[in-house]
Amino acid sequence: MSNSLRPYLAAVRSTLTAAMTLENFSSQVVERHNKPEVEARATPEALLNPLVISRNENERVLIEPSINSIRLSIKIKQADEIERILCHKFTRFMMMRAENFIILRRKPVSGYDISFLITNFHSETMLKHKLVDFIIQFMEEVDKEISEMKLSLNARARIVAESYLTTFD
Amino acid sequence: MSAPEIYPLATVPITSHAFSADRSQVAVSFNSEEAQILTRQGPEWIPIETLAEHDKVITSIDWAPKTNRIVTCSQDRNAYVWTETPNPVTGEIKWKPTLVLLRINRAATYVRWSPFEDKFAVASGARAIAICSFESDNDWWVAKHLKKPIRSTVLSVEWHPNNVLLAAGSADMKARVLSAYIKDVDKRPSGTVWGEKLPFNTLCGEYSSPNGGWVHSVGFSPSGDVLAFASHDSCVTIVYPGPTPSIFTVKMNSLPYVTLTWTAEDTLVAAGHDCHPMLFQADSSGWKAVGSLDDVTGSSKSASGFSSPSTPSFPGRSSTPVGRLNNEAFNRFRNADSRGTSGSAALQAGLGGGASGPDGELLTVHQNTITSVRPYDYAPDGTVAKVTTTGVDGKLVVWAVSATPGSLAGKLGSVHLRH
Repeated sequence: MSNSLRPYLAAVRSTLTAAMTLENFSSQVVERHNKPEVEARATPEALLNPLVISRNENERVLIEPSINSIRLSIKIKQADEIERILCHKFTRFMMMRAENFIILRRKPVSGYDISFLITNFHSETMLKHKLVDFIIQFMEEVDKEISEMKLSLNARARIVAESYLTTFD
Repeated sequence: MSAPEIYPLATVPITSHAFSADRSQVAVSFNSEEAQILTRQGPEWIPIETLAEHDKVITSIDWAPKTNRIVTCSQDRNAYVWTETPNPVTGEIKWKPTLVLLRINRAATYVRWSPFEDKFAVASGARAIAICSFESDNDWWVAKHLKKPIRSTVLSVEWHPNNVLLAAGSADMKARVLSAYIKDVDKRPSGTVWGEKLPFNTLCGEYSSPNGGWVHSVGFSPSGDVLAFASHDSCVTIVYPGPTPSIFTVKMNSLPYVTLTWTAEDTLVAAGHDCHPMLFQADSSGWKAVGSLDDVTGSSKSASGFSSPSTPSFPGRSSTPVGRLNNEAFNRFRNADSRGTSGSAALQAGLGGGASGPDGELLTVHQNTITSVRPYDYAPDGTVAKVTTTGVDGKLVVWAVSATPGSLAGKLGSVHLRH
């Protein structure tokens, strides 16, 4: 675990804890509706300032809080072409099954790879600090997952190439 | 300090609660379109009646102690006044609803009876407060709207003891004191510190939250001469009006408070996303946070016997260490390294609303945001001796308001040592 990851995750954790102070807030624009304000964007005073936490130019997190919902978008590290493809496939796999992940958004915010939308209904049914733990664990595992996939891909490519080239011995 | 009485009423959030005058019954809404009346049977609360008339979630309930009427309001834009009426045939006493003509076109967010119980105020998302009074000619409740300076959803209201002035906190970052004088109901009020002449919709004071946060809760002191409000910027502000109003702001480094109640002329209890009620007190140098009513050392937690709700699980490998590495100390440092969970309990408690115990539950009695705190029991000298809180975790807790529950820093220090 590299040294810069710890303060990065600590910053995300405390920002997320402070942002996850949600309440039930019915729409001020459409009667009898109750929409996540961060998505509807119809009531400017119900939105708070968005915040970007960057580890480096390739890895950052955008947190957009509002009175009844927060949106968290993650830009996952992609160093080369293989990582870019793997990351795309991996996030696509998750987002196609977004309803199983409850807080996952079906589409990422532009400029980011994966987005979560947490509303007051989620923080009512689940413990807030566990939700924060979940996001932090996800951020921690996703890098590991992608580098592991890259390693196994390279290993597989090497085996394929070797077995292919043995026929020309 | 006596231990708090904890009643886990449900595993779903309690949006609002209101006790009857003799405290033998409580009206609660479990985050649904029905309100329940619970009655006390020994250590338990048994549901005896359901108030079902709304068709969206009930946001607030208030029970008038003298006239024994309940008012509920909901996100379906309606409010109902419930009165106990005997059935003409069987003689069985039931709560009967009366629709209130609120004339608002957005959700009703908060409702409170006036001290004389002849009016009530309904806050709403329509940037208005409906002041409702009973019109005996037509046998219905009619509303007059306070509209003028309000520019966003009103999140809470509170009556002045003189039955005329009303404090309102709203999502446009302001707390206001307005006049809700209704000619046919009220006698001409005598002057107060808030103003001399008080026709309907007079703005007697407008106070911004210190750092621009939504004003979640407002409260008048028992005499009505002081206003306190809690805002989303984690501040509690206390206003002494006058020609040059003196305003005290208590800035906290914890999560914001969403509800507060005065217990005496110089003390108030505020609670919110931190999951434990805090006591604030005035002394010669101003206002400050004295300490938590909750014993954060976790000794009271064993009384609460219900499991924590589930969290979504990440399908990737969970990397559980095996063998001798799977001990608490190892996990502690591993978490500090890999997840950024700092070892400093003070920081965690400050930001996370109480440090979490080994089983992942918070050390506080409430496991989630406290949404309402109300006076429960009065001491002989008129101060509030006990308050009740309900929260998103579905618990109803009765706390003794003790003036010196010890300093918070000392408590968090002991949390730190306990690990």
